[in-house]
Amino acid sequence: MSEKPKFAMYWAASCGGCEIAVLNIDEKILDVDANFEVVFWPVAMDAKYKDLEAMEDGSILLTLFNGGIRNDENEYLAKLLRRKSKILVAFGSCACEGCVPGLANLSPAEEIITTAFHTVSTDNPNGVHPQPTYKAPEGELHIPRLLPVLKTLDQVVEVDYYMPGCPPESHQIAAVIDLVIQVLQGKAELPPKGTVIGAGISTVCDECPRKRNVKTIKSFTRIFGQPLDPELCLLEQGIPCNGIATRSGCGARCPSAGAQCIGCYGPAEGVLDYGARLITAYASVVDANEPDEIERILDGIPDLVGQFYRFNLAGSLLKAGQTAWKPNGGNGR
Amino acid sequence: MTNETFEPIIIGFTCNWCSYRAADLAGTSRLKYPPNIRLIRLMCSGRLDPTFVFKALANGADGVLITGCHPGECHYLEQNYKALRRFHLMRRTLKGLGIEPERIKLVWASAAEGVKFAAEAAAFVEEICALGPLQWGKPREEPSHREIEEVPA
Ligand code: SF4
Ligand code: SF4
Ligand code: FES
Repeated sequence: MSEKPKFAMYWAASCGGCEIAVLNIDEKILDVDANFEVVFWPVAMDAKYKDLEAMEDGSILLTLFNGGIRNDENEYLAKLLRRKSKILVAFGSCACEGCVPGLANLSPAEEIITTAFHTVSTDNPNGVHPQPTYKAPEGELHIPRLLPVLKTLDQVVEVDYYMPGCPPESHQIAAVIDLVIQVLQGKAELPPKGTVIGAGISTVCDECPRKRNVKTIKSFTRIFGQPLDPELCLLEQGIPCNGIATRSGCGARCPSAGAQCIGCYGPAEGVLDYGARLITAYASVVDANEPDEIERILDGIPDLVGQFYRFNLAGSLLKAGQTAWKPNGGNGR
Repeated sequence: MTNETFEPIIIGFTCNWCSYRAADLAGTSRLKYPPNIRLIRLMCSGRLDPTFVFKALANGADGVLITGCHPGECHYLEQNYKALRRFHLMRRTLKGLGIEPERIKLVWASAAEGVKFAAEAAAFVEEICALGPLQWGKPREEPSHREIEEVPA
């Protein structure tokens, strides 16, 4: 058998949903197996880091990397896989832009550990607290250290392609795999480096089936417990919907199903800062010219950072909250 | 941490039709205001993409001054109201990130208001001096894992 190109997939700080989404491509997964040799994929097969370290640089053709860079182990694997791979894809919202784990950039790392180990919701009678090193009879053991903030993959290594979504839609994954296979067979060419693959170049609004009129919003409201027009744009009904700034690719799943878009496909083409684009968009539809009235309407969105940066905080221009930076940064204290 | 040596960096966005001329008038009238403000001229305050503001703060600015025509006097009709609403949204967002919302300021100044422009600019520099440097984006250096003696209940 001639040697098949090598494939790897890795998860850093993520939830595991990306892996499920890959398995959800159903029988297409057999194409992956037929066309690639899977050399490293912790969720699916046994492989040790030392096996990866021993591989020749650039010997893996395609690596799908999901998850953000939250600790020094994630960072090491990102650098290692970058070295070993020809094509490194930031796969899923966490790797592309930080996603929900990136919201922890609103808190200092110590606070994250304290909350996880020492608050009422944790049963920890002996007050166990993770230590980075531990002297066991067999020798010293190390666990990964948290970095001060979560970083996106491209804040740590060079990335060839981005594949957004939380998780990426399975039909998009299947299409990308098809494309790579066609490239291997010489029937297609790879897109230019840095391209966002497996998604559209427009916005979710563009794919949304709901009817749109002129938007004039007098008050925002939450989606729960009220009668909504099933055909009218949600934003027009005062539901903060992020479709307008979000990259197309999912087929407008959420608004089609009656829920607002919360932005999992990340910033639309050409948008540098997702929240900034939403600020522009929301400012255009709020129907008030007096400061007090504007403030009253905005009170309807209680958590603006959550609304604007649920998926994108780590990848945004400001990247984190003040407490995650130097204690003397920010408020002159 | 207000100290004598802190010279804040402030980016000021001005509208071509009003506040830029006000700033110009302040200059030609030889009104003094601190040199900390670097002005960037836009055609209208409505051109102010919040991206500009976040980028300025992320890249070393300590404050951002936004200026435009008085309400009702925008040369593009309603655009300064959009700027006003963006300003409110930006302040709330900055607050959510732990940045003092006072680091951005909105001032209306007509082309004739050179004196007002100079006074507002000087006042803003003072306000930012009082807040101290922003120094955004410098991560904390201490390791996150620490031995803690006292474990909170
Ligand atoms: S704002 Fe939301 S509901 Fe309205 S058109 Fe866009 S995606 Fe659809
Ligand atoms: S509608 Fe928005 S939140 Fe829902 S899947 Fe699509 S991009 Fe994600
Ligand atoms: S023209 Fe001056 S604010 Fe619009």
